[in-house]
Amino acid sequence: MLDCGLDMTSTLNFLPLPLVQSPRLSNLPGWSLKDGNAFLDKELKECSGHVFVDSVPEFCLPETELIDLSTVDVILISNYHCMMALPYITEHTGFTGTVYATEPTVQIGRLLMEELVNFIERVPKAQSASLWKNKDIQRLLPSPLKDAVEVSTWRRCYTMQEVNSALSKIQLVGYSQKIELFGAVQVTPLSSGYALGSSNWIIQSHYEKVSYVSGSSLLTTHPQPMDQASLKNSDVLVLTGLTQIPTANPDGMVGEFCSNLALTVRNGGNVLVPCYPSGVIYDLLECLYQYIDSAGLSNIPFYFISPVANSSLEFSQIFAEWLCHNKQSKVYLPEPPFPHAELIQTNKLKHYPSIHGDFSNDFRQPCVVFTGHPSLRFGDVVHFMELWGKSSLNTVIFTEPDFSYLEALAPYQPLAMKCIYCPIDTRLNFIQVSKLLKEVQPLHVVCPEQYTQPPPAQSHRMDLMIDCQPPAMSYRRADVLALPFKRRYEKIEIMPELADSLVPMEIKPGISLATVSAVLHTKDNKHVLQPPPRPAQPTSGKKRKQRVSEDVPDCQVLKPLLSGSIPVEQFVQTLEKHGFSDIKVEDTAKGHIVLLQEAETLIQIEEDSTHIICDNDEMLRVRLRDLVLKFLQKF
Amino acid sequence: MDPECSRLLPALCAVLADPRQPVADDTCLEKLLDWFKKVTEAESSLLLLQENPCLVELLSHVLRPQDVSPRVLSFSLRLAGTFAAQEDCFQYLQQGDLLLGLFGEAGTLGWAAWNVPTVRSGWIQGLSSLAQHPSALHFLADSGAVDTVFSLQGDPSLFVASAASQLLVHILALSMHGEAVEHHSPQGSAWPTCAQKIVGHVEESLRSTAAPQVTQALNVLTTTFGRCHSPWTEVLWEQLSPLVACLLERDPIPAGHSLVDLLLSVARSPVFSSADCGLWETVAQTLSRLSPTQAGPLALGTLKLQHCPQALRTQAFGILLQPLACVLKATTQAPTSPGLLDGTLGGSMTVDALLSSKSACAGLLCQTLAQLEELHPLPHRPSPWPQASLLEAVVTILQLCDGSAAPGSSVGGRLCGTLAGCVRVQRAALDFLGTLSQGTSPQELVPQVFAVLLEYLESPDSSPTVLKKAFQATLGWLLSSPKTPGCSDFGPHIPLFLGELFPVLQKRLCSPCWEVRDSALEFFTNLSRHWGGQADFRQALFSSEAPTLTQQLLRDPESYVRASAVTAMAQLSSQGLHATLASPEHPEAEQGLLREFLNILSADSEGFPRRAVVQVFTQWLRDGHAEVARDTEQFVATVLQVVSQDLDWEVRVQGLELAQVFLTQKLGQPGHCPYTVALPEAPLPRLRPEVLRTLCQPWLLEFAFRALFDCDRPVAQKACNLLLFLRDKTAPYAGTQETGDSPHLDSMEAALQRWQAGEQGQPLGDPEPEAMLAVLRSLDLEGLQGRLAESSDHVEKSPQSLLQDMLATVDILEENEADCY
Repeated sequence: MLDCGLDMTSTLNFLPLPLVQSPRLSNLPGWSLKDGNAFLDKELKECSGHVFVDSVPEFCLPETELIDLSTVDVILISNYHCMMALPYITEHTGFTGTVYATEPTVQIGRLLMEELVNFIERVPKAQSASLWKNKDIQRLLPSPLKDAVEVSTWRRCYTMQEVNSALSKIQLVGYSQKIELFGAVQVTPLSSGYALGSSNWIIQSHYEKVSYVSGSSLLTTHPQPMDQASLKNSDVLVLTGLTQIPTANPDGMVGEFCSNLALTVRNGGNVLVPCYPSGVIYDLLECLYQYIDSAGLSNIPFYFISPVANSSLEFSQIFAEWLCHNKQSKVYLPEPPFPHAELIQTNKLKHYPSIHGDFSNDFRQPCVVFTGHPSLRFGDVVHFMELWGKSSLNTVIFTEPDFSYLEALAPYQPLAMKCIYCPIDTRLNFIQVSKLLKEVQPLHVVCPEQYTQPPPAQSHRMDLMIDCQPPAMSYRRADVLALPFKRRYEKIEIMPELADSLVPMEIKPGISLATVSAVLHTKDNKHVLQPPPRPAQPTSGKKRKQRVSEDVPDCQVLKPLLSGSIPVEQFVQTLEKHGFSDIKVEDTAKGHIVLLQEAETLIQIEEDSTHIICDNDEMLRVRLRDLVLKFLQKF
Repeated sequence: MDPECSRLLPALCAVLADPRQPVADDTCLEKLLDWFKKVTEAESSLLLLQENPCLVELLSHVLRPQDVSPRVLSFSLRLAGTFAAQEDCFQYLQQGDLLLGLFGEAGTLGWAAWNVPTVRSGWIQGLSSLAQHPSALHFLADSGAVDTVFSLQGDPSLFVASAASQLLVHILALSMHGEAVEHHSPQGSAWPTCAQKIVGHVEESLRSTAAPQVTQALNVLTTTFGRCHSPWTEVLWEQLSPLVACLLERDPIPAGHSLVDLLLSVARSPVFSSADCGLWETVAQTLSRLSPTQAGPLALGTLKLQHCPQALRTQAFGILLQPLACVLKATTQAPTSPGLLDGTLGGSMTVDALLSSKSACAGLLCQTLAQLEELHPLPHRPSPWPQASLLEAVVTILQLCDGSAAPGSSVGGRLCGTLAGCVRVQRAALDFLGTLSQGTSPQELVPQVFAVLLEYLESPDSSPTVLKKAFQATLGWLLSSPKTPGCSDFGPHIPLFLGELFPVLQKRLCSPCWEVRDSALEFFTNLSRHWGGQADFRQALFSSEAPTLTQQLLRDPESYVRASAVTAMAQLSSQGLHATLASPEHPEAEQGLLREFLNILSADSEGFPRRAVVQVFTQWLRDGHAEVARDTEQFVATVLQVVSQDLDWEVRVQGLELAQVFLTQKLGQPGHCPYTVALPEAPLPRLRPEVLRTLCQPWLLEFAFRALFDCDRPVAQKACNLLLFLRDKTAPYAGTQETGDSPHLDSMEAALQRWQAGEQGQPLGDPEPEAMLAVLRSLDLEGLQGRLAESSDHVEKSPQSLLQDMLATVDILEENEADCY
């Protein structure tokens, strides 16, 4: 199984979970059907024309109906965003396999899960809505609830116990490490340049190679650069995790982010940045580190609020081997690779686990707050939205591309604060993909259907799709694809003592042949040629002999193998020398027929066969056969 | 030649002739050659050689190839050519067979050194210099040099190949020199042998199937028609034009660019201004046959010609417009403005070019936009000028580049994909859009223009260079937008646009990229300068944060931005647009700005902001800015005091400019312009003692005197001019109050002498104005002005110095050699 991401957009249908009692949210009117029937008014609330589920947020799980997940042997994880559904799979499907991921992926993935669990668990909500999920009722609901798919499979968030159990099933791997899977294939993670520890995977047998490219970046940000060279010579390249906002250039967006931030703060407003606790935030803090002095923002406090803020900032500094070259070299100076260390030291950046406690004492405005969750449905961000939403001096800047910012803002309407959308997605865009494919030249590309056509809103942008030859094989949800290659060969090992006994014969310059008589031993998808057992000793007991003959097939004395071709003219001369006369040669489409008219015999010589046809004269046939064999090599 | 040089020359020639004494520096030989050229222009070469036999010895010496380095050989060839340019000297050198030895087939050509490009280049340049008279022509013909020149046209060294072509043209022109005068444009067959030979070679090359040969022939012809405007060139064209026309039959057309150059060269020649001679047909045919990229320059060149048939102009303009027409056609269902799409015959070639690759598409569009931009301001540009269609096209291109266009065809879709994010095209299109603001545009298109400009100003993807161009184009459009008749303010579009512009401007002033902040400030300054008085603009400005942000940028970490912020703030202040300043209840704001500027001037670590501040102060003084007018003397004194300590010479020069303005305001304009008729001198009013005292304030004169001895020449020059002005203006009052040998005068002169010697520590004290004036008069300012006017290397540039340097270098090399052993 390649990755197991969690679709969190389902949470956008739920009301936010406020940290502090919010009169506004708790007093929202219940929703009733057109005919005035109000049986759903406890479950569904209306806010500025949108309807939300008033319940603990639920998540959309990966597809579980198509295959039995207990039969999955291995899960390969590409980056920490793509493992958020892991506890659901490892703990509830009977999964007994192994999960492979790099160390930073696991550690930061754990932080993301921990934050998620914390956000949800610290605001316990007694109510759990399920009535609206009834298919007959769902039909009557307004969009987007009406169109939500697979609502019956939506699940509440997992617990920390489940997270720990899931993560214990992960086997840590390093870049370029070769991992044997049941002898059948070898898998290797490669740096994908997108996030700390993010990987692409190569799955290869001796003669076939499949590359799985997911969430990769060619930009120079903090992670180790993408390893492109190792992706060459792939039979199939499965391509996914491209940028979600192909028209937004990350550099331009960072500039936009900084300008809007400065503009707001200079006017005395506060800036709220809903974000994940790891990833782009490191780059943003680095940009701000360079920018704040030039923009005269040195006195503005930057707050990073997350239950895992401290761990995230500290983890980032210790994964030196997973960082880009520049940052790696800093470690040897020694200096912290990320400049946020200095921001913390100089008190420009302060981090807190939550808005409760120290934060409320230190809180100064105007300020910039980085906090989660980007969906604006849970986490400390909900509090700041409620707090700052009423003033047009404040600004919320969306940098994470995972959620539609308009949908995220829907339960906060009407909103006076300014909203800026600066999605920073460093993953591959289509220009980079086409360069990558030219460089790597896979025989076939497999990708989601969306990548093979321009985005629906910009149907004329032919540049916003994958353009490769042969055209990419596309798939959509629940499609079953047959990858366009066949396994034709297997590698067989030969034991040294058997190899020793071979006597190769050169049949052409540079090509030698030898016959091999051996036992083919196959175990765990490994094939080994072992020397055949010696013929049983005549002195050995009958019982023992029997057992041997059971184990290995009988080794008969083999006839020698023949090779070469028969030169017809010389053959005829030889026949004549041996007393045959009245020889006639006929050319046929496939070779020649030598007719010995006197002996009423026919020798049919073709490229890959020779037939001697004579009636009941075994002596003659053997004579002729020996003459034929003289022209052929035996081994 | 001066005797000192004559004395040094034999030693130098001996050094040059000695292979063991390598000349260290090529530039010395170049300078030497330049000097000889100057000498031979003034004197007889023959006399020079006779008086300095070492020169002939040097030339004879190089005939022994094994003994000469290639660079000395090349030098000698060029030197010989320089001497032989005079016919009597040519004969003199010929007598000793020196020239044949140097330039003939038996000479340099056969030596190993011929493989060195410098030698071949020297050979050609020598011949070029030599070919000035009929004797030289005979020599060229007899020595077989012309054939060698033919072969050198294909030389691997581009310099040699190009020089060979030039030489051919030179020889052709020389051989035809007398002919045209005697016979009126003789036919080709009656031309001198040498000319016939060259023309024959060109004809042969034109017939060749090898593209390089065709290019060589076309280059020779281009130069010929560019340089020679005698009637014989018409005959030459008549003879060769069929061959040129034949090139158009080939596929692909060889040497397209050279062909364009040739046709334009012929068309520009005054010889063809009246005659027809089939040129226009060839141009028309070429326009239709060449690829759009190659045809563009020909079309532009044709349109720039004064005398050109209207039909051809129409065709050429059609070719220039074709790429834009294709873009419009591909993106619009129904064109709104006629004009551009009418003559799009043969557009398929253009479409192919546009779609073939990203670089081809960007290249063609950039070229077209630049060409149209060049054409736009010309008085004889094509008429009617399709302003509306061009606007539509350029707006569409900009939309294609930022992905906001919605093309109606598959070609449009592909164009959209190709051009998306193409910075080159964006820059070219914005440049052209800016240029188009200088024309009358249909009112209904103006909102579209402003919309696309705003898109670019707003877009996070606009690169800093694109943004700068977008700002420039916006300024162009804003300043050219018509005012509503009968109303002092703007038309309907502008207030709306300004309402959207200021938030964008604010954002750009906060950009993390300093280039963007700088461009935004520049734009803001220009806009305020032109529109500071307009109510709509003032309203939009006051409701924005732009002035506050600008003031904050005075402390920007980037010096360029600080400098631009200084200019911007000064502009706002001059027009009462400084937000806090505008309110009468904050009179301290302006003083605050002055203080801030003075602080920058005295404390900023970079030169640019300090220069900007002094410039602003000078302008304020000129304009009588309120803050300056309050106490001008105090203001100037403070500024000059700070400036005098500045390490940047440009700041000091600006300070002197400020002082000059101050003096001018006190004393009146400097002397009459030399080109105006002098008015009868009015009797000068007597300077009042307080004015004189002001002028002779120590802070002013001490600053000027110190600057007079400044180690940077521009500062000293400026100070000298300033003091001259002051001296002239105060001259009439001299003598009336002569101070004689006052102790003040002595101490001042002593101080000045020390300053001149580089000891700047001692102050001037507080002398009487009269003593100041006396010192002023005692200085030889004119002499100093003359000395300062000479370039700093005037001593080193003399020929003696050159010869001595070259000899000295050899000595040093020898010493070094000795050291080694």
